[in-house]
Amino acid sequence: MILRYLRRNPSLPLGLLLIGGLLAFSIAGRFVIGYDAAFPLSGPPSLPPDADFPFGTDADGRDLLAVLVYGTLLTLKIGVIAGLLGVAIGTCVAFVAAYHGGWVDVVVRILVDVLISIPALLVLVVIASAIHTSMSTTIMAVTIALLAWREPTRQIRAQVLVMREAPYVKLAVLNGAGAARIIFREMVPNLLPYLAASFVMAVAQAVLASIGLEALGLGAPAEPTLGMTIFWLMSESAFLLGLWWWIVAPITVLVLLFVGLFLITVGLDELANPRLRRDTA
Amino acid sequence: MRTGALAALRPLARRFAMFVAVIWAASTLNFFVPRLAPRNPIEEKLLAQQEMGGTTVDIQSLVRAYNAEFGLDRPLWRQYLTYINDLAHFDLGYSIADYPTRVAAVIGRAMPWTIGLLTTTTLLAFAIGSVLGALTVWSDAPRLFRAIVPLFMIFSAVPFYLIGLALIYVFANLLQWLPLGGGMGIRTMPTLTFAFALEIFKHSILPACSILIASVGVWALAMRGMMVTVVAEDFMTFAEALGLTSRRRFTQYALRNALLPQVTLLALSLGHVLSGSILVELVFGYPGVGQQLFRAIQNLDYFVIYGIVLVLVTAIALAMLVVDLVYPLLDPRLRRLGTAR
Repeated sequence: MILRYLRRNPSLPLGLLLIGGLLAFSIAGRFVIGYDAAFPLSGPPSLPPDADFPFGTDADGRDLLAVLVYGTLLTLKIGVIAGLLGVAIGTCVAFVAAYHGGWVDVVVRILVDVLISIPALLVLVVIASAIHTSMSTTIMAVTIALLAWREPTRQIRAQVLVMREAPYVKLAVLNGAGAARIIFREMVPNLLPYLAASFVMAVAQAVLASIGLEALGLGAPAEPTLGMTIFWLMSESAFLLGLWWWIVAPITVLVLLFVGLFLITVGLDELANPRLRRDTA
Repeated sequence: MRTGALAALRPLARRFAMFVAVIWAASTLNFFVPRLAPRNPIEEKLLAQQEMGGTTVDIQSLVRAYNAEFGLDRPLWRQYLTYINDLAHFDLGYSIADYPTRVAAVIGRAMPWTIGLLTTTTLLAFAIGSVLGALTVWSDAPRLFRAIVPLFMIFSAVPFYLIGLALIYVFANLLQWLPLGGGMGIRTMPTLTFAFALEIFKHSILPACSILIASVGVWALAMRGMMVTVVAEDFMTFAEALGLTSRRRFTQYALRNALLPQVTLLALSLGHVLSGSILVELVFGYPGVGQQLFRAIQNLDYFVIYGIVLVLVTAIALAMLVVDLVYPLLDPRLRRLGTAR
């Protein structure tokens, strides 16, 4: 039955396969190549792919295989930390707002509406340029998390508002269940697919934001993330130098990453909301 | 009658208050975040200049002089009031990197490029995406369209600048059909000739395409959703019974009705498109606001950074406000509802 469902909803397994493949590449690669190789002067500069350097080296002499192996995980680390924090904060705020109602809900709704109208990247530029010199991937993740809770809050609040009126919750209330019991035993289990979908979406948004900041020159210069690779290849004009191997590989990895996250989100959305399911035709 | 008019104005007033709140939030953030950080932009700038051998004077006294000039030695709340007052007069202060230049002038130079690129690509993506999305549902359209949309959907997941990098690689680097980047040739002088216009156009093709390719899918997907419900409506069956041509039914009956809700999506997508296009400008060295922002970050030119952020936030908020205000005028159903209430 699961198999038949997956055939109808191919986005989820396809996305998981892509992300899983990238993770496997990144984890297996750690046994092949050391972290040192992802730093300048670990090899001769601007070397095209050959037997020793299967992905070539960049103009600063970083081994691009090492950059991709470690960069993929570093970039995903930013995304996962920011995504987790964002969804955790968002869920708490949403429950407090939707459950408490009244002025708390009004304040949260206005706050989210105002903040959501401001492009996140611009605010992050202001924050990141203030902490510029001490930037690291962890600080980057926390910075991005400062804004990553907006969408989860909005989505989950709407869900909780709907659920509060659901018959099974009403029944639990009549049975004399306390707020904690209703939230954790009745609501959260039903929310799980939504939580998963908004987590994956938050990860994708966070990765997007981190690469944006890094490309603008606000990244952590000592950590070879995929975004820093984009920054380096642009600032050292890889195009004019004709170093195609420096350009093609990171772009491919990033495209696979974004498409994978996107497919998982679409798949989870469909799982959570059967009305979205496409007719088999 | 009067109370009816007032009631109709209330959502308007609420929408306008929201607009003011967005700008106030952005400007306050802009003011306090940098001051929470333990760094002084002016001191940093002067120290950097000293390292390059620019000045030999006592840096500390120079910093004090500059702080007084920029008003950084006064209490925080006074600074905040001055700041808000300046903003209300559209005064964004001076660029630290090249001092006598005003921030507003720096932004003003770059703005036409960004606005030109953004409005053209957004409108084109809106038009192409909507029609494509509508055709995927239309049963008389070639099956080819049904295959295109998933492809564009995948593209919509990829950030603009990655598509931009790929386009540069293929069309400027490998095939050498189009220029690598920039807004115009290095030696070109702006004149009002056809050749100059052509050159501007040539330089904008790749940046525009990278935004287009990524954003068409978003519109197509939303349009498909709307079209599915419209096609099932009774008036579509009626139009077919009237014997109207497929083309007429598509453009006059289906497309027009499905298109309107897309306009609200336009307002929501603007911020996303803008953030993306900032990075596209960077990738292409396109001389717009994104490129200025990058330069300001490289030069630690904080007032320019804050100025650009504020102007862009305001522009987006304004555009969203306009779309929200114009939308009821476009949709006769909403217009009637508004007066009935």
